[in-house]
Amino acid sequence: MIRFDDVVVRYPRASRDALAGVGFTAPRGRLTAVVGPNGSGKSTLVRALLGRAPLASGQVLLDDRPIASASRADVAKRVAVVTQREELAFPMAIDEYVALGRFPHLGGWRGARAADREAVAQAMTRAGVDTLARDGRRLQELSGGEWQRVRLARALAQGGEALVLDEPTTFLDIAHEMAVFELLHELTAERLTVLLVSHQLNLVARFADEIVLLHEGRIAASGTPDDVMRASVLERVYEWPLVVTRDPAVGAPALLPLRVRRHT
Amino acid sequence: MSTRGAGRAQHARTTSRWLVLVLLLIVALLLAVALGTITLSPAAVWNALFERGDPAAITVVQVLRLPRAVLAALIGAGLGISGAALQGTMRNPLAEPYLLGVSGGAAVGAVMAVALGLSLTLVPIAAFVGAIVAVVIAFFVAHAAGTGGDARILLMAGVVVGAFANSVIMLVLGTAPSNVFRDAMWWMMGSVAAATWTQSGWLVGYLVLGGGALLLWARQIDVLALGDDTAAALGVDPDRAARRIYGAAALVAAATVSAAGLVGFVGLVVPHIVRGIGFQRHRPLLVGSALAGASLVVLADVVARTIRPPAELPLGAVTAIVGVPFFLSRLRRLA
Repeated sequence: MIRFDDVVVRYPRASRDALAGVGFTAPRGRLTAVVGPNGSGKSTLVRALLGRAPLASGQVLLDDRPIASASRADVAKRVAVVTQREELAFPMAIDEYVALGRFPHLGGWRGARAADREAVAQAMTRAGVDTLARDGRRLQELSGGEWQRVRLARALAQGGEALVLDEPTTFLDIAHEMAVFELLHELTAERLTVLLVSHQLNLVARFADEIVLLHEGRIAASGTPDDVMRASVLERVYEWPLVVTRDPAVGAPALLPLRVRRHT
Repeated sequence: MSTRGAGRAQHARTTSRWLVLVLLLIVALLLAVALGTITLSPAAVWNALFERGDPAAITVVQVLRLPRAVLAALIGAGLGISGAALQGTMRNPLAEPYLLGVSGGAAVGAVMAVALGLSLTLVPIAAFVGAIVAVVIAFFVAHAAGTGGDARILLMAGVVVGAFANSVIMLVLGTAPSNVFRDAMWWMMGSVAAATWTQSGWLVGYLVLGGGALLLWARQIDVLALGDDTAAALGVDPDRAARRIYGAAALVAAATVSAAGLVGFVGLVVPHIVRGIGFQRHRPLLVGSALAGASLVVLADVVARTIRPPAELPLGAVTAIVGVPFFLSRLRRLA
């Protein structure tokens, strides 16, 4: 379980708080999605969890224990994170890269054991990148979507009880995007805490157990997809006219942004 | 191919890579001891190493060439390992050991010592102190900017400190007598001509200390190379880890500079060559860069002293000349 307890993040020389008192819980075995417009504080939330954002007040807790009081290595054994951006400076083989997910467990010297190799192989299969590795592809040759899936594999290899993903389906085509969401759903069924930052409101509405809608560093709405996916709320937050319908095929709320006619 | 078969093939490839690097260094050292104004046969070299045979050959090998070859190897090893660690940590293929103000600071120290007419034995110490002071200033500047571990800020701080050091050198040399100017220039071009076992002994100490620390932190460098946020997600404090690595890399670089002046290109190019032959993780990459760097500087020194005897070419210029073809041959693979 990951809990944000009235978190305030203030970057130096910023005109307003990046997070102005955000509190919610991502429970075990549930998919909790954080959504919101650009600059609403979604990624800052992830950085606060990583200890990479200056916390002015509040705290981030892992099973009721403040993350700040645990060592980074211990947190990394329990929580795997796919951050929003990552650029590789040097060439590397796919399996070598995924194996770096075992770093929190191996530390500075211990060699990989059978369990580590198994975790890496399983993670590559689940993220659907085992074929890329078998073809001998290097990370530099991958498309944006393939690279996203390899990063997901690294986080899966890390193991632990919680998975945090910041925009994991950017650059993914429909099939791979769906595969990632289905995988996250599977992981929640395995009692993992899954915290997902995403712009894909319609997919989030179908898969998430709970949605947290951020706006200017505050929670604008939270609850089940039906609670949050309301036109009045979303229009105010995204500042764009839209309608919320119900997907006839799957019954989930679906959002449709409207076109606006420009006056000439 | 079965997984086990693929594993065996991978293992064989790794072994052959190490063999190539070790053999290259052995050949380089043998050439360094055998070649010169008096060229010795492999047998004569072998005998001389064990104080047998021609006394002149024993003197040439044990007093003149061996200390020089060993010092060259240590310089190359230090620059290689330091460069590989810095490139990984800074995620910058252009990073090299002389950044962070090491070269500029060392040069200021050495030039000051020469200009003040201090004994030549004090020049290396002055260079070492200069290098360390410059690195501390670069760290201080980056820290004052509020981002002590941020690679970009630290790089810029190092470049600024280096530029300031250069202006100090120009001010001192601009008004210096010609002999001071020549001595200082020679020092800056790098040389292992005055090699002694004492120098090598000191350098081994710094290499064990700094290089050992870098090897200890090698897996952290693997993780840091993925970016600060990802490193944090994998349990590494990126700022703290980077600071420690910069410190250790700068210490090794400062020790090499104080022993032989500025030997350019090695720390920049050697890690790329070693990556090009298939080393990815930083622990093997650091060791491989030490071996390849040692070979490069030893070979460069052979060229420096044999191409136009009895005159010697500046070592720093030759490392670049020897290194460029290697680098170009790998460039296609890097692209």
